[in-house]
Amino acid sequence: MNGLTIHRKIEEHTGLLIFGILIVSAIGGLVQLLPVLNQESLETATSNTRPYTAAQLTGRDIYIREGCSVCHSQQVRPLIAELERYGPYSRAGEFVYDRPFLWGSKRTGPDLHRLGGKYSDDWHRIHLLDPRAVVAESIMPAYPWLDKRSAKETGNITAKFIALRRLGHPYSDEDISGAEAELEGLTEMDALIAYLQVLGTGLSGEDEGAAL
Amino acid sequence: MTQSSNYYHDKITLRLVQFSVIWAVLAMTAGVYISAELVWPTIDFGQFWLSFGRLRPLHTNGVIFGFGVSALMATAFYSVQRTSHVPLFAPRLAWFCCYAWQLIVLLGGLSLLAGWNSSKEYAELEWPFDIAIAIVWVCFGIVFFGTIATRKIKPIYISNWFYGALIIVIAMLHIVNSLAMPVSIDKSYSLYAGAQDAVVQWWYGHNAVGFLLTGGFLGMIYYFLPKHAERPIWSYRLSVVAFWAFVYSYIWAGPHHLHYNSIPEWVQSLGMAMSVILLAPSWATMINGIMTVSTAWEKLRSDPALKFIVLSLAFYGLATFEGPMMSIRSVNVISHFTDWTIGHVHSGALGWNAMVTYGTFYFMIPRLVDRELYSVRLANIHFWLALAGTMLYVMAMWAAGVSQGLLWLSVDQIGELSFDFKDIMASMTPYYLLRLVAGLIFLGGTVLMAYNLYMTVRGRETARVTVPAVDPAYGVGA
Ligand code: HEC
Ligand code: HEM
Ligand code: HEM
Repeated sequence: MNGLTIHRKIEEHTGLLIFGILIVSAIGGLVQLLPVLNQESLETATSNTRPYTAAQLTGRDIYIREGCSVCHSQQVRPLIAELERYGPYSRAGEFVYDRPFLWGSKRTGPDLHRLGGKYSDDWHRIHLLDPRAVVAESIMPAYPWLDKRSAKETGNITAKFIALRRLGHPYSDEDISGAEAELEGLTEMDALIAYLQVLGTGLSGEDEGAAL
Repeated sequence: MTQSSNYYHDKITLRLVQFSVIWAVLAMTAGVYISAELVWPTIDFGQFWLSFGRLRPLHTNGVIFGFGVSALMATAFYSVQRTSHVPLFAPRLAWFCCYAWQLIVLLGGLSLLAGWNSSKEYAELEWPFDIAIAIVWVCFGIVFFGTIATRKIKPIYISNWFYGALIIVIAMLHIVNSLAMPVSIDKSYSLYAGAQDAVVQWWYGHNAVGFLLTGGFLGMIYYFLPKHAERPIWSYRLSVVAFWAFVYSYIWAGPHHLHYNSIPEWVQSLGMAMSVILLAPSWATMINGIMTVSTAWEKLRSDPALKFIVLSLAFYGLATFEGPMMSIRSVNVISHFTDWTIGHVHSGALGWNAMVTYGTFYFMIPRLVDRELYSVRLANIHFWLALAGTMLYVMAMWAAGVSQGLLWLSVDQIGELSFDFKDIMASMTPYYLLRLVAGLIFLGGTVLMAYNLYMTVRGRETARVTVPAVDPAYGVGA
């Protein structure tokens, strides 16, 4: 009964109710988020993980724009079947330059985290233009517009590099001034493939248990 | 016009309901379309804006923010006035919320088709929209809490706690999760990277489900269910305990979206434990609701609105039972990444969110326009279509999801994979086809409701003109 009497006060006071909800709902978030946001190992790159080049970053932004992540995960779980199907399981240190993360929540198509080097550039080109040309029963959409647009149209790459440097990505002045030139002559298709080919290449023999 | 509709600002509610119904039809049409694309992948005709990757976020944003939030604003405004015995505080600001929100949903939807996409689930809209959403949300809060602050009865009624939690917690989640470095009007980079971004995003994502798709709609239950059943809420004490347990424990459960992913193990375990605990406050609320109608079962037979509301509670119970089970790592290992998740989502979204909203609309609209529902028969048909559509959808996705999960993981004695991904993918077609049919049935019901409500509202004009001309002897209002 006593508890309910105290509760009467909250129920009769708008400010107390607002304050109460705010405090009670904040606790769980604080306990989980603060340690995670301060955990250095989650911000430490694995040995082969590099900031994206101009072409890769542009490709990644195209991947985001086209919503590839609604059908593809980028997260190999440490389970026998997944190691077998996709390769070594994913490590936090491989994603330190991923803003935002693209782990996904649905595998309508296969996981793509260990995709880099699995197929040739030409395979990807044909597949993206018409997936059914490669995999007859595929339900993946075709992306015929990608090779008609130049990679420079995707967005201002110099501004992107500057923004990412502000967020702590180690781009040098030369990286930034040379970014625009790197996209010279590339189509959006080229950029996307450059991104797909770098996926999952962040591990090397130096990383613990890299073969898994 | 009755006394009450002059006293309360009900035109805002009516307008919001109209928008909500329009978004429901449009966004579910998008849902049906993407269902079809998973069966016939070429029906995007090479058009970028019809591509699955762009239409899917349009579907989710349309149902959640267009249909869902408009309905929540409508019912919050309707019930807060009646439980506070005062008209809305700052009605002009309320009108601003109403129209500004519709503009955000409309332009936001178009921006998704154009490929502006932050790719964070349920927070896809880019930073200009994030800022606009924050502003409208604060205004929503001012109107809502302002009305409560000026109330004429002492206790704040329980439905208002839930709407209040919706407003406060969503504001907190939205602001923290959307922090980003803008590059241009259509592009920004998240302030968080990789694993940290994942944890922040699912803290947001799960609680958008928790405080919007669950908490907000529980506000509807707590006002409309007792009102409609003409019974007080079964246990006041249970409501108090369940409310605070709900607000406290939901927030911890986000990491169940990241089992076996590259985030610290303790975060996953904590998320799992709290998700299982969450079953208790979720079911407490359901039981409270069911017990409230338990002495009014006979009303169920004649009243489609109440039928919808009671059935929605059953699906709420189902989704909040399934959710904690899926949060257990050894279950999640199968369900994660599969159509099982999609089945879980839609047992909540169709069976719970959409049904309780439909029931509420059928209750509210006739009262708002002071007229009988145009057709009870159509509403009853809608009820059966909604039930059939939901059941078919959920069962198809369960079957699809469980088989996907098991087949993907299946290895033989020497550790070789038993099935190719392609073959598992190809075996999904019958389920996807069933889901398409289910979606069409559900959408058909929704369109019937739109028609029924439209005729109910339109009837008012004719009534106003003709009433004085009718001789009372012939039975006005019969
Ligand atoms: C409707 C869901 C869907 C969308 C959206 C989608 N995909 Fe796919 N994707 C699939 C399916 C299903 C497969 C398996 C069949 C195949 O290989 O075509 C697949 C296969 C792939 C593969 C081959 C993977 C492998 O290991 O064999 C790549 C690469 C790929 N997709 C890249 C992309 C990219 C890049 C995008 C965005 C531009 C994209 N996908 C969008 C469904 C989708
Ligand atoms: C006690 C309550 C609940 C718990 C513990 C819970 C738990 C879960 C779990 C474990 C997942 C799967 C995550 C994954 O493997 O990726 C999930 C997904 C989801 N649930 Fe629930 N659930 C609950 C209630 C609800 C309700 C009532 C709804 C209402 C619609 C809902 C909507 C969703 C959505 C939209 C997703 C998909 C998220 C995504 O991957 O995009 N949940 N939930
Ligand atoms: C006619 C009814 C509907 C149909 C046919 C439909 C169809 C779909 C389809 C095909 C998907 C994509 C699944 C995939 O990627 O494999 C989806 C996702 C989703 N839908 Fe619906 N939908 C409908 C109604 C609703 C409603 C009313 C809501 C919410 C209130 C909703 C919320 C969602 C959510 C949150 C997702 C994302 C799930 C996830 O990421 O895990 N849908 N829907």
